[in-house]
Amino acid sequence: MLSIENLHVSVADKPILKGLSLAVPSGEVHAVMGPNGAGKSTLSYALAGRPGYEVTAGSATLNGDDLTALDPSERAAKGVFLSFQYPTEIPGVPALTFIRTALNAQRKARGEGEIAAPDFLRLARAKAGELKIDFEMLKRPLNVGFSGGEKKRMEILQMAMLAPKLAILDETDSGLDIDALRIVSEGVNAMRGPDCSMLVITHYQRLLDYIRPDKVHVLAAGRIVASGGPELALQLEREGYDKYVAKTEGVPA
Amino acid sequence: MSLAKAIETGDLAELPSRRDEDWRWTDLRGLVRSLPPRSGTYVGNLGPGLFDALAEESVSIVNGENRTTLVLGSGGEHVVAVRYIAGPGAGAHTASPKLEVEKGRLILLETLEGADAAYLSEIDMTMKIGREGHVERIVLADDADEAISVLRWDVTLAPGASFAQTVIATGARRQRIETHVAHPGGGASVRLDGLYLLGERRHADITTVVTHAGVDGTTSQLTKGVVSGQARGVFQGRIVVEKGADQTDARMGHHALVLSDRAEVDGKPELEIYADDVSCAHGNTVGAIDEEALFYAQARGIPEPQARAMLTEAFVGEVIDRIEHEGAREAVRAWVAERLHRQMEKAGEAA
Repeated sequence: MLSIENLHVSVADKPILKGLSLAVPSGEVHAVMGPNGAGKSTLSYALAGRPGYEVTAGSATLNGDDLTALDPSERAAKGVFLSFQYPTEIPGVPALTFIRTALNAQRKARGEGEIAAPDFLRLARAKAGELKIDFEMLKRPLNVGFSGGEKKRMEILQMAMLAPKLAILDETDSGLDIDALRIVSEGVNAMRGPDCSMLVITHYQRLLDYIRPDKVHVLAAGRIVASGGPELALQLEREGYDKYVAKTEGVPA
Repeated sequence: MSLAKAIETGDLAELPSRRDEDWRWTDLRGLVRSLPPRSGTYVGNLGPGLFDALAEESVSIVNGENRTTLVLGSGGEHVVAVRYIAGPGAGAHTASPKLEVEKGRLILLETLEGADAAYLSEIDMTMKIGREGHVERIVLADDADEAISVLRWDVTLAPGASFAQTVIATGARRQRIETHVAHPGGGASVRLDGLYLLGERRHADITTVVTHAGVDGTTSQLTKGVVSGQARGVFQGRIVVEKGADQTDARMGHHALVLSDRAEVDGKPELEIYADDVSCAHGNTVGAIDEEALFYAQARGIPEPQARAMLTEAFVGEVIDRIEHEGAREAVRAWVAERLHRQMEKAGEAA
């Protein structure tokens, strides 16, 4: 279970998150929606531990572990996975090598042995097949020259192979056409299970037609200003974020 | 004017200095105050060479003693290891081996090895490659910390010949690796690659001059460097396309990764083109590790030091991938990985 309480995060000394509280029980999928500039990406980066995202107050714990005390690789080993809005190109490192290195580093951090090479390849083949990724593509340097949709599918492939306890999907729908969106969503839905909390961060409701959330939260001006069931997403789609933006104006940092 | 001449005549005024344009980043005259005695004959066990297992034959040139001429003209493929060794207590020495390959394929696996001494060494090799000759050489230049070491190679190709070279330089007090290629065109091809891995206070200078004199020649050059500590890497690459050397295709790239604030890279790629119908390009970049990529790898669970090492190895891997001889390629890959690992550990301790 992910538990965020009164989280304050600054970037370059500018407060972005201003007392955000949120709990995502294991097995649930929560959507965080909000207007541009609300702090959606800051929330995902702060949870993943990106340098420059300074937690000035509050806490974020995953199954009792204080995430803010850990460096990014330690968080990953505890089960945090961030699907990047803009996945980075890693020249010279084949996708398969990268994923195997990541998986083994996580296992090592947890005191587990390395995955056997045949087991790894079998897993990679199976997951790539589900996501309609040509296995040959996994031999190419990760994300180098990949299309937007290929990069997103590669993110979901990594998520499937790393089997996180907290999956954060940061604007995963951006840049996807309708077919890619369906494939990616199916990949995400396959990850739903009793051990995984999911945080789906999105500007648009569209993705939530495919990944049905248990709860929807509205993030505006650095805090959660409304929460509800899936119907809240539809209401936002109809009415926009105006009333939440207006409501948060003048809130002190 | 050269280090070899200074060693042979005992005259320090023969040393190249910063006043010579081609030596402005690797000044020797300001550095060497006196010459050590000439290196003696080394008698002792040389130990195994890095490439022994891959080579049919191994030649050792110790303290500049052995002035070898190798002529291989019988065709077929030969793999020969050549070890240039500065033995313990070495002073100053020179060597000038000569090599001719009339036809056939020669793989030269060379190592420059230095015992821990402040030696001065210049090795000048001349190489001629005939019409049906193909040479691939891999040179691992691993001098001692305090050495001053100059390698100068003059390579002359016949039309139709091919020459490929990969130099891996780890620097020294001063290490200069200079390659001159006389390129006749006529379908001859040249690949001239380099890699410098420099930590602490080491200095390496990779200088190349390729002169295209005839129609239809190709040159492909890729040099990469990783510098940390207070090291200094120098790349000077010049491609000259003479009048009439049309349809020349020449590409040069130099890319360096600087891992510390006190390390330095000087790059000077030059194209001098006097022909009309040519395709030439060069690129030169110097930068730090990509912080985005570093965070991405960490966010997937790869601890920072391992992520840095992975990205750095990937950066230099492009040069290693271009080595054609598979055995040598994998031997170099392993050697470079180990060397980088040590370099980054030392950089980590210093930080």
